[in-house]
Amino acid sequence: MLCAHWSRLRRVSSRSCCATALRSTHSSTRLSSSPERIMKTFCSVWLLLSVVELSPAQEPPLPETAEDMASTGDLEPTHYPARRAAQVALHYLNTRHGSPFRVFGLQQVHKASAEDVEAGGRKYKLDFSVTDWASGSAGPALRCSADVLFPRTERHSAPDVKLRCEALQQINRTVQEEEAFYQKHIPPDSAVSARDIPDSYGNMSEEMQPFWRLARVAASFIMLRESSENTEFNMVQMASVTQQESSEEQLMLEFVVLLHDLPSQEIVQWKLLASWSPDRGVRVLQTEWQPRCPHATKPPN
Amino acid sequence: MRGLLVLTALFVAVFGKVTFEGDQVLRITAQDAEQIALLKELPEEILGLDYWMPPSRVSLPVDVHVPFHSLQAVRVFLAYHQIPYHVMIENVQDLLDDEEREMVKYRSFPRSTDDFVYTTYHDLNSINSFMDMLVAENSNLVSKIEIGKSYEGRSLDVLKFSTGANRPGIWIDNGIHSREWITPASAIWSAKKIVTDYGRDPVLTDILNNYDIFLEIIANPDGFAYTHSNDRMWRKTRKPNPGSSCVGVDPNRNWEVGFGGSGASSNPCSQTYHGPSVHSEPEVKAIVDFVKSHGKLKAFLSIHSYSQMLLYPYGYTSTPAKDQAELHELARKAVSELQSLHNTAYTYGSVITTIYQADGITIDWTYEQGIKYSYTFELRDTGRYGFLLPANQIVPTAEETWLALMAIMEHTRNNPY
Repeated sequence: MLCAHWSRLRRVSSRSCCATALRSTHSSTRLSSSPERIMKTFCSVWLLLSVVELSPAQEPPLPETAEDMASTGDLEPTHYPARRAAQVALHYLNTRHGSPFRVFGLQQVHKASAEDVEAGGRKYKLDFSVTDWASGSAGPALRCSADVLFPRTERHSAPDVKLRCEALQQINRTVQEEEAFYQKHIPPDSAVSARDIPDSYGNMSEEMQPFWRLARVAASFIMLRESSENTEFNMVQMASVTQQESSEEQLMLEFVVLLHDLPSQEIVQWKLLASWSPDRGVRVLQTEWQPRCPHATKPPN
Repeated sequence: MRGLLVLTALFVAVFGKVTFEGDQVLRITAQDAEQIALLKELPEEILGLDYWMPPSRVSLPVDVHVPFHSLQAVRVFLAYHQIPYHVMIENVQDLLDDEEREMVKYRSFPRSTDDFVYTTYHDLNSINSFMDMLVAENSNLVSKIEIGKSYEGRSLDVLKFSTGANRPGIWIDNGIHSREWITPASAIWSAKKIVTDYGRDPVLTDILNNYDIFLEIIANPDGFAYTHSNDRMWRKTRKPNPGSSCVGVDPNRNWEVGFGGSGASSNPCSQTYHGPSVHSEPEVKAIVDFVKSHGKLKAFLSIHSYSQMLLYPYGYTSTPAKDQAELHELARKAVSELQSLHNTAYTYGSVITTIYQADGITIDWTYEQGIKYSYTFELRDTGRYGFLLPANQIVPTAEETWLALMAIMEHTRNNPY
């Protein structure tokens, strides 16, 4: 059954995006061109007309798909049911152990099985390997096992993950880089800000890599929370990073990230506020889903 | 007089060009205020120093571009006063040369497909001129066919590689989902590969002596143009939907077999919107018409990204395809060939079991038309960069994908039906 959240998302996105677009054009100092003015007028009228339907509707439940009858028992490790569960475990791993110099990616699922559980929901047992993207192709693969429980509730709730990775504690080689990065950006005059990392051509400077990784780790909190058996999330871009005033000796960063969900092919935008320090790791303090106008124009990057 | 001026200008141009050969950029980390004061006393003008970050506070590094002729003196000075530093840029001229090369690449228009830059992403204009150049350079082998027009009136072009008439054909399409930039980039490389290898590689030569290859580099040019001008993440066509403010139809949900099922969306705002009716999109209709009128296509390969998968029908039903066993085994072989080059791991299987249920997809229709070897490729990567695959992966991706394409084409050639 498609996540109720998702279907609401799709229906609401086209309406509220217009409101956001209006708000942003009001606050921008750009000269508004004729098409923009037309868009604004159209949006205002359309918004007025559709305001009645704006509240999250009680959608008729979507019919069950073949996905719902996904297999239980032993799973093909390379196919989507096992892979989605493994990705969820990866998101969990990154929230716990990710840093500006460490982001884990799935290398391979070795074994997987699933069973329905009494309280309602499905539990996946996984045996898989991960690599650290920051260490490039030279890095070793870590072996992990995880239990991932997807609950079956009326409203979406986050999956539950129990994870064990061998030798995790032994790979603490990034302490120096973390410390240097922290010292460089914790002073009050540090005010990092950037957009579109990587750019359309996949370019990302050396300097931006740790920020991209931090965004990826912070986004993992959201991806973990939003995941279900019917989603498969990746972060496709750090749309922006804006350093905020440091607080309690934590680097404070406001990110806007673009997430891609494979089954629906949707691009989802989230704004989030995260803190990081070598001691405390990444914490996500605020998240805000941002509608993406499917038909609006935006300045080319 | 004028001649003298010209000569002088030429002289200056040739001999006056500044060079930074041997210059270095040093990063100096002063340890206390005294050292900062010392640095400030360095005679900038005499030494020709150019501060990228001038000495100010102890906590901030000092970055300075030191010309070659002053390097010795500066290093002696720093060593004498025990001021720590390290070399940030070993040779400034090298850096400038690299940059110049990059700039020239993008500034000049390639005059031939040998000049063309395969290691970067191109826009529509550039791709169109590539196609025209390739045809002009290889007119015995390659021609360009227009199979239709996009919604916004752009030409839907297919390159036909042919060495004789009335041959059965192999079809490869790319860029049907516009944000999947790696696919047209890879196709450009493949097009060049075909003309280079014909007459040299015995397997390809044999294939082309018996089959035509049809290569559509950009199946969705409207969407592609939009990814350059407005939204890099655009997937669909650009046809408006009446009664909705949302534009576009998913061209890989618009096909007849399984049309309108739950593996597609009926919401025009959705990325997987199937469209108002079967083959409603001109981009799709053009291919449908071509396939039907050709009547003798024997392999149909639709290239997408990302996920690193090789998929065969069906997407709309879990009922196995009649030829599942053969398709599965051929996929295994093609993936193994692909992996042999750069160790890129691919998954393979039917669409519905491997990636997700998808209704109204291209290869379900082509398979039902009788084109047995119908496959969808999902190229690099598996989500790290996703659609924004770095340009330095274009050629490795194209190279490995080519091995898989060859495996399928070779099998098709050796198993006529």
